Amino acid sequence: MEYEISLLTSMAISVLFALSLNLITGFCGQISLGHAAFLGIGAYLSALLSKAGLPFLATLPLGMLLAGVIGVVVGLASLRVRADFLAITTMGVGFLFVGIVRQQEWLGGELGVSAIPDSGLSKTGFMLLSLGLCLVTAALCIYIRKSWMGRVFNGVAEDEDTMRVLGIDVPRYKLAAFAIGTALAGLAGGLYAQHLKFIGPDSFGFVESVTVLSMVVVGGIGSVVGVAFGAAVLSALPAWFQFIGDYKLLVYGGLLFLMMRFSPGGMASIVTRVVNSRNKAQGDRT
Amino acid sequence: MLFLELTAQGLVQGSIYALVALGLTLVYGLLRILHVAHAALFTLGGYLGVIVTNATGSLALGFAIAMVAAGLTGIAMYRLCYEPILKQPPFVALIASIGLYIAFEELFRIIFGASGLSYQAPPLQEQVVLFGGLQFKQAELMVMAGTAVIIGVLGYLQNKTRIGVACQATVSDPQMAESFGIKLRQVRDINFFVGSALAGFAGVWVALLNNLVEPTMGSVPSYKGLAIIVLGGMGSVRGTLLAALVLGVVESFGTIYLGKLLDRNAIAFAFLIAVLMVRPQGLFARR
Repeated sequence: MEYEISLLTSMAISVLFALSLNLITGFCGQISLGHAAFLGIGAYLSALLSKAGLPFLATLPLGMLLAGVIGVVVGLASLRVRADFLAITTMGVGFLFVGIVRQQEWLGGELGVSAIPDSGLSKTGFMLLSLGLCLVTAALCIYIRKSWMGRVFNGVAEDEDTMRVLGIDVPRYKLAAFAIGTALAGLAGGLYAQHLKFIGPDSFGFVESVTVLSMVVVGGIGSVVGVAFGAAVLSALPAWFQFIGDYKLLVYGGLLFLMMRFSPGGMASIVTRVVNSRNKAQGDRT
Repeated sequence: MLFLELTAQGLVQGSIYALVALGLTLVYGLLRILHVAHAALFTLGGYLGVIVTNATGSLALGFAIAMVAAGLTGIAMYRLCYEPILKQPPFVALIASIGLYIAFEELFRIIFGASGLSYQAPPLQEQVVLFGGLQFKQAELMVMAGTAVIIGVLGYLQNKTRIGVACQATVSDPQMAESFGIKLRQVRDINFFVGSALAGFAGVWVALLNNLVEPTMGSVPSYKGLAIIVLGGMGSVRGTLLAALVLGVVESFGTIYLGKLLDRNAIAFAFLIAVLMVRPQGLFARR
């Protein structure tokens, strides 16, 4: 049971993290290849404050705040560069974060931060907290999607210039997407640090940023349910793949490639296609 | 003295970057795809170079086989992977490419082992002393010279031959080029072949400089290459070359003067971000 609880907790954290990126990349169309940096900011702040004696639950909002503020700064970059340029710029932000953390003694340097104090919650309690926050985030995402702001996000993703012509203050909405998305990533980071009890610079590098982006894309970019499902599956995949041992990453990379090659809309589009063809078949019969 | 040495080291590193990034630029210019899997061909080149040289004793043969194999694999990647998804949004190709790169990296590890291979008798390792007491490995001098020659030849071919002009036309307007009778597929094949062969070429050089090839040797060039084509202004060959050399030199100075604050990658990307905030179209874009 211990193992299942731990797996479920890390799945919940991955889903939360993927949903936070989906808000920026899926809803608002701003691609980010450095999202793990914000997971890292939340994780480091929560870990260091917990070690300084603050209760765990109090460190979460502070982590969100710091990640969100830095997220807005990075968002300012998205006002300057677009599309592929933005992808590379955010990738740079990711490397910058890892590079800075690695060289700072007070952040634990190469060795990272270990022996993070307990949250005071039981394992099951922490799992429930993670699942709860994950559900709240999903609900928030669906709410945003349906709100005025969500519609503007969608418009910015589709055609930014038209939105400007329509008199929408595009920069404000882009910054809002970055602020919310990165703050949620900071929240996921706090949970992540508490769950693993150890964090190091390599936990938040380029590979993690790519992994979370692939969760979003494999799930079906922009679709809340799809992304949640994709993140849950991909985060559990390495554990399920234990039996193929050495070939784990090969299969992972191969699947990622095949998914994009044969179903670019991700799992969400496979489901839609199946449902549509079934409806159509039924329609033909009646 | 330190100044000269750092510049020289930066130029050596920059030449390698340039060779890798040129292929990326060619692909980006043609297809608007960030071709991460390009670095897998760099690794492939390194491995083949070491294996063939060890088996036959001829470095020249190693270079030839590495370049041809990398080039052909490049064409296969285009035909099998990118061509079918050209109509999709750009992040689809990006993720596909990343997946492909991970799979390749793992293949190298599973086939050749995680610890890597080296030359039994590494060639071109003698020290050469130049004017002013600058010391180089023979291989370091040759990689700079080789890069200069290859880029010169490519520039000439691009401007003076039919096929080169066809490539340029395809980059600037594929539809118009096609209606003038240019075979798009042929042009793209050639570009992938040349770009990938250059990556293979760079791989053999890196194997010579470090006397080691390992499965992960492509990861640094893969993302540095992307940074360089952005710095160079996306799709501009001349810009890419200059950006690669500039980045090499910035890194070698940065690691000395800023090493306490940032690591090597962070210095490169801090420079990139600073440049992009001032010039969002890249350092050398002709816009």
